[in-house]
Amino acid sequence: MSAILQGRDVSKRFGGLLAVSELSFEVGQGEILGLIGPNGAGKTTLFNVINGVYKPNTGEITLAGRNITGSPPNKLAHLGLARTHQIPQPLNEMTVLDNVIAGACFGREYLRLLPAEKVALETLQYVGLAERSHVLAKHLTLPGKKRLEVARALAAKPKLLLLDEVLAGLNPTEVGQMVELIRDIRKQGVSIIIIEHLMHAIMTVSDRVMVLNFGMKIAEGRPDEVVRDPAVVEAYLGSADIADQLREGQ
Amino acid sequence: MILKRPFFWITMAVTAAFMLLPWRGNNVEMRETLILIAVAIILASNLNLMIGYTGYVNFGNIVFFGLGGYAGLYLVTGRGWPLIGAALAAGVAVSIFALLLGLAILRLRGAYFALATIGVLEAVRAFVSNFEPWGRSAGMYVTFDVYQPLGGPMKALWTTYFLVTGVMGLSLLLSLGIKTSKFGLGLFAIRENEDAAVVLGVNTALYKAIVYSASAFLPAVAGALIFFKNGMIEPEQAFDLTLSIEAIVMIMLGGQGTVAGSAVGAGLYEQLRGYLLTQPTLSNFHLVIAGALLLIIVLFAPLGLIGWTHRWRPMRRMLE
Repeated sequence: MSAILQGRDVSKRFGGLLAVSELSFEVGQGEILGLIGPNGAGKTTLFNVINGVYKPNTGEITLAGRNITGSPPNKLAHLGLARTHQIPQPLNEMTVLDNVIAGACFGREYLRLLPAEKVALETLQYVGLAERSHVLAKHLTLPGKKRLEVARALAAKPKLLLLDEVLAGLNPTEVGQMVELIRDIRKQGVSIIIIEHLMHAIMTVSDRVMVLNFGMKIAEGRPDEVVRDPAVVEAYLGSADIADQLREGQ
Repeated sequence: MILKRPFFWITMAVTAAFMLLPWRGNNVEMRETLILIAVAIILASNLNLMIGYTGYVNFGNIVFFGLGGYAGLYLVTGRGWPLIGAALAAGVAVSIFALLLGLAILRLRGAYFALATIGVLEAVRAFVSNFEPWGRSAGMYVTFDVYQPLGGPMKALWTTYFLVTGVMGLSLLLSLGIKTSKFGLGLFAIRENEDAAVVLGVNTALYKAIVYSASAFLPAVAGALIFFKNGMIEPEQAFDLTLSIEAIVMIMLGGQGTVAGSAVGAGLYEQLRGYLLTQPTLSNFHLVIAGALLLIIVLFAPLGLIGWTHRWRPMRRMLE
């Protein structure tokens, strides 16, 4: 499996706080990498560094073999990187359809308006928002906005998709639907990094899990290995019982 | 295609009406009323590109109009250029100025950007007031002989009038063209959520600078034409903050972000202002009305008149 994304010794510092500390990581072609860790571990900061919102202080990041360290987000979008936000960021006063058209227009394929509309309609169908396409984005419910985030990112036809807590705030049925959707997206050849606090979900959906704490990698491996790791149990899960429950839930 | 849009044909019809109505019967009074409305529409619809489309409030929009006037008048009187060439050159020069300025000050957002635009206006006014080639605070005057190439003053006034109405038509078409384009979609994305827009792939810095520059071009051309017609220009008149703010009232009145809104708002406001200005009791009373109007709109009808009509879908299709 060749790597779509590689990071080497990536650090990001805010004043005295080292949010990401000499982190090296890799995502294979078509792989789903789960990213977990306690609040403040540096997960979202890592996303922001990967997609160019922040420039890393040290280290190097490559996307499909190309050095992208310090490239701005808009350029990375054209290179095939798309993301969703932990707190949905819809274009409020625009329709759901226009939101997704914008994703298709300015994403990897940089489509013109008409072909972008076609892609957008297909994508809305795919994520199950088709009948809401003419609603203003601000009128969607939270699960709707999360779907819109995913639709907008997918319409860009990315090679690598960064999903930041798309399951948080959804009820169990909606979580199930979203997990199905994520698996289906991977089947289409898109590589994914997913940040999630819902352990059951991340255990079932990820091929590999990376655990962060204080900006450092404390464990990495197959989901069932990671939950058994003492460092992870201590830092994140809190007790060995939870680790056992999770393993049995597998 | 833009030709299929009803509003394209509405614009054409309105522009033609502006040109023909006063021309038939040589109605100079009507011409003078309509030229004020045309200028208001030019200022409002180009400012709408910034405020309504991109979400950046520009209090200093009038600076483009004034600089265009100065550059145009200087080329005509000081360099002997023909009017149309001078007006176009003024437009291009002011656009380039706006592009460079935009790349710098558009890093600011929200209230900080708005404050910076006032700073730009005041700085330009102070500079021009001390700029020897442009006559310092006394300004510049046109001598009668510059009207000769256009067939004397009477004909020259009509020629400038037609040119100004043409610029008005172009302003509306520019607004419509941008609104229905991918560029426009990018601007709306910036207005709604600039951070999300960058992540989606919009080159926000470039888009903002381009629209800032585009919103400068036609007002500068209009400035060159209007001050040529007036025969004189001076800093206080050319860089009038009040007029800048009135343009914002026009946009809010008609409906920000809509093409028809800025035109309708400009037309209505200019009529109101004309009426109030000619009342003997209070001077500058229109500014009181403008302030009150702005408050009422922002509080009770933030989408303006056209935004209100958008409740009816067919109406919306007609006007966009």
